Amino acid sequence: MAAFEHTGPGTPVVESIRVDKVSPRARLLRYIRAAIAIVFAVIALIPVYWMATTAFKSYPDAVAIPPKIVFDPTLEGFVNLLTDRRELSVDEVRAFEANPESRCANVDFAECVARGRGQTITGPSQYVQRLTNSVIIAGGSTILSVAFGLLSAYSFSRFRIPGAGDMLFFILSTRMLPPVVVTIPIFLMYRSLGLHDTHLGLIILYTVFNLSFSVWLLKGFLDEIPREYEEAALVDGYSRLQAFRKVVLPQALTGIAATTVFCLIFAWNEYAFALLLTSDRARTAPPAIPSVLGRGVVEWNTIAAGSLGFLIPVVIITFALRKYLLRGVTFGAIRK
Amino acid sequence: MATIELKRVEKKFGEAYAVQPMDLTITSGEFVVLLGPSGCGKTTTLRMISGLESVTAGNILLNNRDVTWLHPSDRDIAFVFQFFALYPHLTAHDNIAFPLQAQGESRSEVERRVKEVAGLLRIEHLLRSRPGALSSGDQQRVALARALVRRPAAFLMDEPLGALDADFRETMRAEIKRLHIDQNATTVYVTHDQIEAMAMGDRIVVMSNAVVQQVGTPAEVYHNPANLFVARFIGSPGMNLITGEYGDGVLALPGGSRYPVPSDWKPALEREAGKDGKVILGFRPEAARVTPDGALAAEVYAADLHGGYTMLHLSLDGGEIVHARASRQDLYEIGTPVRFDLDPAMVRFFNPQTEVALHRDGQS
Repeated sequence: MAAFEHTGPGTPVVESIRVDKVSPRARLLRYIRAAIAIVFAVIALIPVYWMATTAFKSYPDAVAIPPKIVFDPTLEGFVNLLTDRRELSVDEVRAFEANPESRCANVDFAECVARGRGQTITGPSQYVQRLTNSVIIAGGSTILSVAFGLLSAYSFSRFRIPGAGDMLFFILSTRMLPPVVVTIPIFLMYRSLGLHDTHLGLIILYTVFNLSFSVWLLKGFLDEIPREYEEAALVDGYSRLQAFRKVVLPQALTGIAATTVFCLIFAWNEYAFALLLTSDRARTAPPAIPSVLGRGVVEWNTIAAGSLGFLIPVVIITFALRKYLLRGVTFGAIRK
Repeated sequence: MATIELKRVEKKFGEAYAVQPMDLTITSGEFVVLLGPSGCGKTTTLRMISGLESVTAGNILLNNRDVTWLHPSDRDIAFVFQFFALYPHLTAHDNIAFPLQAQGESRSEVERRVKEVAGLLRIEHLLRSRPGALSSGDQQRVALARALVRRPAAFLMDEPLGALDADFRETMRAEIKRLHIDQNATTVYVTHDQIEAMAMGDRIVVMSNAVVQQVGTPAEVYHNPANLFVARFIGSPGMNLITGEYGDGVLALPGGSRYPVPSDWKPALEREAGKDGKVILGFRPEAARVTPDGALAAEVYAADLHGGYTMLHLSLDGGEIVHARASRQDLYEIGTPVRFDLDPAMVRFFNPQTEVALHRDGQS
């Protein structure tokens, strides 16, 4: 009897060969879908593109009508952003006009750029400090939101808590109130508590806002982890807390990452309360960037540079965690 | 190895009993199977022994030490879960080492014992894989290894074969049995599969509706079921049960057959048969013998060929179907009238009101 050996397909199947996926109609539909997605992506990216290019334009280029697509890139916007300047005196301007070589001699790049616009640098601006405040406050509140959220969500997920449903609803209901409604009482409370214009004040506030969201999102993720894993760890000789740390946490990483990104983006972008509850020491970037507006001319290139600098950290983190985020967004839509 | 003792242990969820007060003593090295349909309380009982579930009342003793309120990690028992519960983020090796690390064993001792138990279960080549990459059978082997590696006082297994393919289940059944014999470990094993219970248990605890129905060896629960539930639940198919009317040493069955009751049963039936004389006759399919001069008459309703034997479905004229085991050589056409007899040593009787088994005179 001849031995029959099944070797499978001769070449690897790279593309689906299902009829409903390779028929001309299906292909056409696929192209149409792709085209629509690309159009949407372009529309969504135009403002970002506009912002990024404006940041590298000179002021005349930034306000030119029609907009300039091709332009000479300059760091003028960034210099303006990072420094405080004064106008050069008439004498100084004359001196540079008389001897153009001296304009950039023995000074750093930023001063050279400033002098090109008839200004001289008087000191660093507060932008870096604002951005640092943003990092501290957004980072701090995110860590607290996720940490407290995780403990609370674990309890709701695993233990029989009397009135758990009501409590969860109550936690969620803090989200139903438009935050603006509570601005006045919070402002007054913060003033008398001495939390006005402090990092701690905003960290507490953002943690409160994010906690409801983080509890609910994390509970969903923890519910999906079968409790048998912890039970196995319990009979294997571990305490509840050890089981949580060694068995639950590693499996909840996806949910933790997704929650972190969401909390971070909220705290990073928050504008209204930051404007109201800070004045200087703890002021974050969002209310600081548009404050450039309204000093005579609107320096669009400076604002764009500030926005770009503000965008980059959150883009990096979101990009680093994007695979978790995608699962976080589609979470609950797909049931096993 | 350990003894396990349950003293009036009960579990209530709200007002409803998950387990009615039960007593059970498991001797050292014994393999006890908790058997029953889903929701009967067998898993709850197992979880109470492990400490994963608290008891509502009663005491649990492990090696004569009261562990009723001890944390699971302090009971020195191992639990094997139906869905294995292998930590997905750890390799098979780390899964097996996990309980040893809890005990703070030295690294070399951990390595030595993981290797030893992996050799016992023939999974050395899988140690570097993660559970997700293993077949369900191999996952269960790793789970068993994780339970064995600690040398616990007792093993608790919750339907460990339930998630396996049918053909693989038989292999693992034998492996667990061998492991139990080699290790001589006290084991409590939960299953809803009566064949598994019969094959593996030294003793079977049959449970239904939160109540222990019978505790006995496989032979006892099979041949001498304590009540109608056990009679129906054990065996595939279960025991044939026909209600008849007793009088003058004869049981009148539906369809007009008259079964002469074996003489050693007569006193019990005289005494126990209710006012209306109704008694339930029970017999296993292999107790019936098709023979031309049998006392009972029936008609072939269907015949299943099982290879080694033929299972006849016989219709008494009353419409009741009984199962009888027949030789594989004989062919039975549907609708043929047949007569059959019962092995007098293998018939049982039950009280239709209490559903409890009657006892022959001289037996209690």
